[in-house]
Amino acid sequence: MLRFLFTRLALLIPTFIGITISAFAFIRLLPGDPILVMAGERTVSPERHAILMKQFGFDRPLWQQYLEYFGNAVSGDLGRSLVTKRPVFDEFLTLFPATLELSLCAMLFAVILGIPAGSFAAVKRGTPWDQMVMGSALVGFSMPIFWWGLLVIIFFSGILHWTPVSGRISLIYFFPSVTGFMLIDSLLSGQKGAFASALSHLILPTVVLGTIPLAVIARQTRSAMLEVLSEDYVRTARAKGLPYSRVIGIHALRNAMIPVITTIGLQVGTLVAGAILTETIFSWPGIGKWMVDSIFRRDYPSVQGGLLLIAVMVMLVNLIVDVLYGVINPRIRHAR
Amino acid sequence: MTVETIQDLVIDRRRVGRLALFLEFWRYFRENHGAVAGLLVFAITCFLAIFADAIAPYGPTEQFRDALLEPPVWQEGGSTRFLLGTDAVGRDLLSRLLHGARYSLFIGCIVVSLALVVGILVGLFAGFIGGTIDTLIMRLMDIILAFPSLLLALALVAILGPSLTNAMIAIALIQQPHYVRLTRGSVLSEKTKDYVTAARVAGVGPIRLMFRTILPNCMAPLIVQAALSFSDAILGAAALGFLGMGAQPPTPEWGTMLAEAREFILRAWWVVTFPGLAILITVLAINLMGDGLRDALDPRLKRS
Repeated sequence: MLRFLFTRLALLIPTFIGITISAFAFIRLLPGDPILVMAGERTVSPERHAILMKQFGFDRPLWQQYLEYFGNAVSGDLGRSLVTKRPVFDEFLTLFPATLELSLCAMLFAVILGIPAGSFAAVKRGTPWDQMVMGSALVGFSMPIFWWGLLVIIFFSGILHWTPVSGRISLIYFFPSVTGFMLIDSLLSGQKGAFASALSHLILPTVVLGTIPLAVIARQTRSAMLEVLSEDYVRTARAKGLPYSRVIGIHALRNAMIPVITTIGLQVGTLVAGAILTETIFSWPGIGKWMVDSIFRRDYPSVQGGLLLIAVMVMLVNLIVDVLYGVINPRIRHAR
Repeated sequence: MTVETIQDLVIDRRRVGRLALFLEFWRYFRENHGAVAGLLVFAITCFLAIFADAIAPYGPTEQFRDALLEPPVWQEGGSTRFLLGTDAVGRDLLSRLLHGARYSLFIGCIVVSLALVVGILVGLFAGFIGGTIDTLIMRLMDIILAFPSLLLALALVAILGPSLTNAMIAIALIQQPHYVRLTRGSVLSEKTKDYVTAARVAGVGPIRLMFRTILPNCMAPLIVQAALSFSDAILGAAALGFLGMGAQPPTPEWGTMLAEAREFILRAWWVVTFPGLAILITVLAINLMGDGLRDALDPRLKRS
């Protein structure tokens, strides 16, 4: 097991270096003079230009610049935002809990609905029920979620007035951030109605962000279940006279979960991409919206830092999934 | 039996073989009603896109100042002049949607061809040559795959500048690692098979070995991937357009139309609903087709 873990970790090193090179290259690849590009519409005097060149280190050879960038990045220094002047890493940490809260809720939504739906479709294979579930899953899978978000706003906020249109909580509530998760913080604050407000702000973004993972998980659960249901041990369990629900729920589902867990882990990239769109639609103050805003504000250090942090995060989650997979399924870790 | 008739026989067998293969494919494909429906919808979309100029009642950027935000025909205030209503500057929504189909299909074709050709070349090369070059290429692909696709596309478009062309280049670049991996994987498993060894022994050169001997046997998963990434490309380009990073107004690209319509969501549902519906229907049709293709072409991936 340890050897398996170390192999996987060692494989990450070249990828990590590659990610830092990509992030480093990002600002250098912008066409034109990097200082002028970052300055955008603002004018830069020649003296200021020289100072800035020195400050960003653009006057030194590329490999020196990269080594310094790499050293700084590893120690958590990703430069400062051009707009807020705050360190990029701090900005990321402030905004990350909002995205994490939204993503976790979306994933929970997708898993809680997706696994039963997929199992149900597998058990009812070939019936109209199966076709209905799989049809909906394919629609969800094909959904342009930026449009889906606008539709649910029109319907639930515009017509029914059930939920607010944007933000994380109503502006009348104010309390210190303890965990960064609005749901927990609002409960801790003890203010009446705060939790309900936070929850009502969270529901629509959760559904929108969870739609594609839900569809993917339902499809994957169905095919994994179908495979397992034709196994000998399932037939044996049924022949023994075990109740059908027990065979499905314990014997089959447990074994079908192995590929499903991988699928869930692989959805992290989808979640980040989805978060960019969902957060933009719902004005959700997370890293997805931050990235889009930074690109539009030409705040390139923020974009660069965000790219690096998000890529590293996705890489680490994939590692965890990989290792978990090895834990659950011994065949994988002995494969090498 | 003369020599001539034997040749005739051989040629005849081959023709039947091709036809038989296609018929077998079609038999599997036809069984999947969803796939056939998808194919039909996709064909209609193609037809509408090609003949958009003739079918659309107005030009995609033609403005009618007397009919701003006019609702669709069936709603109160709508007229038969504009079947699906007009947008905020008085452009006919139906005409814009029809012309938008062109952009979406064009995006899908260009992105998939770019990603497919480059991906196959790189994948064949990596799988065939092996060794350090293979490792380097595959690590590079891992790095591209480490970034969430939309984020990388956004960053690339930020570098290249927002436009439809750059959006397509960015999306092709992020899709291409999938083709490289698929091709390389198939090449590695095909390379050791007897028929390849036989061809090599018979003196077939490396280029012919790559493209004529091995590649045709790797095509099935690639075709399936092409169908799926066609819809991915349409969605991705629309998402970039929606974020203001793809096609720029007044281009009638569906995602860009949605971005323009965003401020009217609570006042004019039709300007938001129809472009998105067009994206959904097109993508859904292609995905249905893709599922059918996978079942018919690639027994290994077959879902029961």
